[in-house]
Amino acid sequence: MFASSSHLSPGLWTLAWRRLRADRVAMAALAVLLLFAAMLAASMSGWLANDWADEIGVHYAPPSFIGAQADAAHRTAEPAATEVPPENPLDPLKDVIRELRAEMDGASVAAAAGGEAGAEDSYGIADPLEKELAEIRGMPSGAATHVTSEKKTTLPFGADKWGHDVIKKTIKGAETSIVVGLVAALVATFLGTLFGALAGYFGGRTDDFFNWFYSIFTSIPYLLLILAVAAVLQQKGVTTIILILGLTGWTGVFRLVRAEYMKHKEREYVLAAGAIGGSHLGRMFIHIFPNISHVALVQMSILAVGFIKSEVILSFLGFGVPVGVVSWGSMLNEAQNELILGKWWQLTAATGAMAVLVTAFSLFTDALRDALDPKLK
Amino acid sequence: MSLEDSDNLLEVRDLRIRFRLDKKNEFEAVKGVSFDVPRNATVALVGESGSGKSVSALAVMGLLPVENALIEPASKISFDGRELQTMPSGQRRALCGRDLSMIFQEPMSSLNPVLTVGYQIGEVLRLHKGMGAKAARARTVELLDEVGIPEPAARIDYYPNQLSGGQQQRVMIAMAIACEPKLLIADEPTTALDVTIQKQIIELLKALQQRHRMSVLFITHDLALVAEMADRVIVMRNGEVQEQGDTRQVFLQPQHPYTRALLECRPPLDARPHHLPVIDDMMRGDESPAIVLAERTRGYVEDERPLLVVKNLSKSFYSREGLFGQKEFKAVKDVSFTLPRGKTLGIVGESGSGKTTVGLTLLRLHEATGGQAFFRGKDILAMSSREFHDYKRRLQIVFQNPFASLNPRFTVGQILLEPMRIHNIGADDRERNALCFKWMERVGLPVEAFHRYPHEFSGGQRQRIAIARCLTLHPEVLVCDESVSALDVSVQAQVLNLLQDLQDDFGLSYIFISHDLSVVRYMADRVMVMRDGAVVEMADSDDLYRNPQHPYTQTLLAAIPGRQGVS
Repeated sequence: MFASSSHLSPGLWTLAWRRLRADRVAMAALAVLLLFAAMLAASMSGWLANDWADEIGVHYAPPSFIGAQADAAHRTAEPAATEVPPENPLDPLKDVIRELRAEMDGASVAAAAGGEAGAEDSYGIADPLEKELAEIRGMPSGAATHVTSEKKTTLPFGADKWGHDVIKKTIKGAETSIVVGLVAALVATFLGTLFGALAGYFGGRTDDFFNWFYSIFTSIPYLLLILAVAAVLQQKGVTTIILILGLTGWTGVFRLVRAEYMKHKEREYVLAAGAIGGSHLGRMFIHIFPNISHVALVQMSILAVGFIKSEVILSFLGFGVPVGVVSWGSMLNEAQNELILGKWWQLTAATGAMAVLVTAFSLFTDALRDALDPKLK
Repeated sequence: MSLEDSDNLLEVRDLRIRFRLDKKNEFEAVKGVSFDVPRNATVALVGESGSGKSVSALAVMGLLPVENALIEPASKISFDGRELQTMPSGQRRALCGRDLSMIFQEPMSSLNPVLTVGYQIGEVLRLHKGMGAKAARARTVELLDEVGIPEPAARIDYYPNQLSGGQQQRVMIAMAIACEPKLLIADEPTTALDVTIQKQIIELLKALQQRHRMSVLFITHDLALVAEMADRVIVMRNGEVQEQGDTRQVFLQPQHPYTRALLECRPPLDARPHHLPVIDDMMRGDESPAIVLAERTRGYVEDERPLLVVKNLSKSFYSREGLFGQKEFKAVKDVSFTLPRGKTLGIVGESGSGKTTVGLTLLRLHEATGGQAFFRGKDILAMSSREFHDYKRRLQIVFQNPFASLNPRFTVGQILLEPMRIHNIGADDRERNALCFKWMERVGLPVEAFHRYPHEFSGGQRQRIAIARCLTLHPEVLVCDESVSALDVSVQAQVLNLLQDLQDDFGLSYIFISHDLSVVRYMADRVMVMRDGAVVEMADSDDLYRNPQHPYTQTLLAAIPGRQGVS
């Protein structure tokens, strides 16, 4: 059998795939991951959740399985009725405001009646933009009336403050979060592995240099470091978050990979590779790396999970995604205020999606590690 | 030590042990083994790796992992008239350490490195004898003195890493005999030690056995080792007892072909057969077919032009000391030798003698501190590394541990193709594949090995893979660094025969590094004895073994196990 198929060799990945397929948990995790990937692709290409920003429900519309709120009907009718915002009963200046308003109404009535200087306000100054303002004031009220008539009282998993569909928002938010988590984890693992490999393999001065660098880097408080990177990059956006997290997150991977390389470079198989004339780079990345790749893989899965969470903190600090972009982090940030009002659905949707993804990702990397190890059958 | 004494201390009857590998597969490690250990006697359990000897001993101690080791309920282990298998675990634990104790192979990993040796021995006394701290300390000093540790009152407060390997093993023995056990199980207690130390430990065990009138179950892979100390020998293979009997009878009239194979596969000290007999010949019942060819003659011929001339090779390692100071450790001091084409230079020495460093320095896996090495008249140590790259293929090395020297992530095919790719041997991968199969056939590997990973092979086969990897480069000098030391006796013979054939066919020159004096005598034309980095003696192998000049060489030769034979 082997003799006949000697030209095609079942590589490491073919064997790994065979072993993965035998692992039921890994396959389930892979299915979940593929589902997320499909969702990500659909949302990025605009097939899915492109209209998440449409305000299709009433604000804080509850999930359908709970049923509409009692005051929902009242609220939908309300907004277009008056131009004047409703009075805040807690405002200490409410009496003053009421007086002022009454005065202004009286003045405008008087002005309209007088007719001589139509564009004069209470201070007696004519407003040159009177007409334009009147037009603008007229527009939103008309538009609002138009949309309000279609707003739904319940949505499948509820709505947020602005009436965005939470499911669509979660899908769109996944786009940012997954990309940030995975790409930043890749960047951090790449840097950590590269530095760790160089430091551990060459030792001596190289090792000293990277260790000094590491020590200085880790002695800076984490948040300060993030602020520093953010200040240097000077702009908000997904790329910035990825760079911030990637450039600050490599330290843990560095220590572990360095230790592994120090251990492995003394091994006889590496000496043997040197004896047959293998170059340093070849020994580092063709011989040693596959044997320590499990460390990098596991670290990457841990980092990805951590980075998805870090994005929340960054968003909270104002270094997160820009306004108008949604992510699980910004959803969780909003959920803080909503939870006091008893609106739990946005929090549940974001954390649920995050938990499922993170669990599946961890289980899968774990299984991948085992599958890639030829010693474990 | 009368064997007629029917009173047996330990009786093992029909012991069967299975290991659960995964959900479906089980592996039967011990298949119905029965043996006795009489009172006040030494019994040797001999077998190669996988024979089930250690597993049987662990079963007696009750140390097998509960999760995956299954001892058949019908198996009986009775100690001092009490059945161990049915005993409550608390009672059994109390028995272990007091009446039954065990010494393991690796003294360094059996001792806790963060506790002093005194504390560790004292712990046994406090636990089993209920001694107070003071009494335990006094007894510990006595014990250390008894096992032959100099200045026991000072050494009691040493940490394990401050003691040599031999002393560590003595500490282990002191711990094992602390409660005056009735049975001492010694699992390969000398395998990790140098020959001279091995001899001392064996003598110590013998003396202790007689003084304390205890029984010793001595487990080893080396049949020759037990000739001098055991009263009874049990030979095991693949979980079955092949032969058991009086030591004299087993050595002088071995009944089972496997026992004969174990005895004859070792290179003899008084002859040099053309090929060593291998285990398959013996099992088939062929009467030593390998001796048909004439004996080999060894030795350098004077007018030969040397292929490799090494002059004053030295290598130092530096460690930092204090703030700016450096401490120099001279691993190799002024070593000079020559190696003609098609000949073998044996380097013999104990651990720390610098023999391995010589090999690694010649291949420039370490940079030499001083000296020259002329290969075909060119100094390979003075070359730039670019220039040396072409010479790399001419000098190759086979390492000691076949489990560590092959990259576990590469298939055998990848392992063999890589050196050819690096050195542009063969026009394309097709041609290289063909070369691979050629070399695999030459070293006796099956064709299907090409796609397999190293862990799927036994130790001997892995060493063949390592040899094939070197051969793909057509080397002229092959450094064999303890290349057969990690292998079982029967496999050792096969690999030695292979190396011998390759030398005959391709005119390879070997630098054969080993601590095993009988193997070096068999393989080498000239032998160099090293100690503490320096050469103490160098002579043609027959001369050296017949007439050693240096006292150290004489000590080494006297320590070869089984040299005196059965008296």
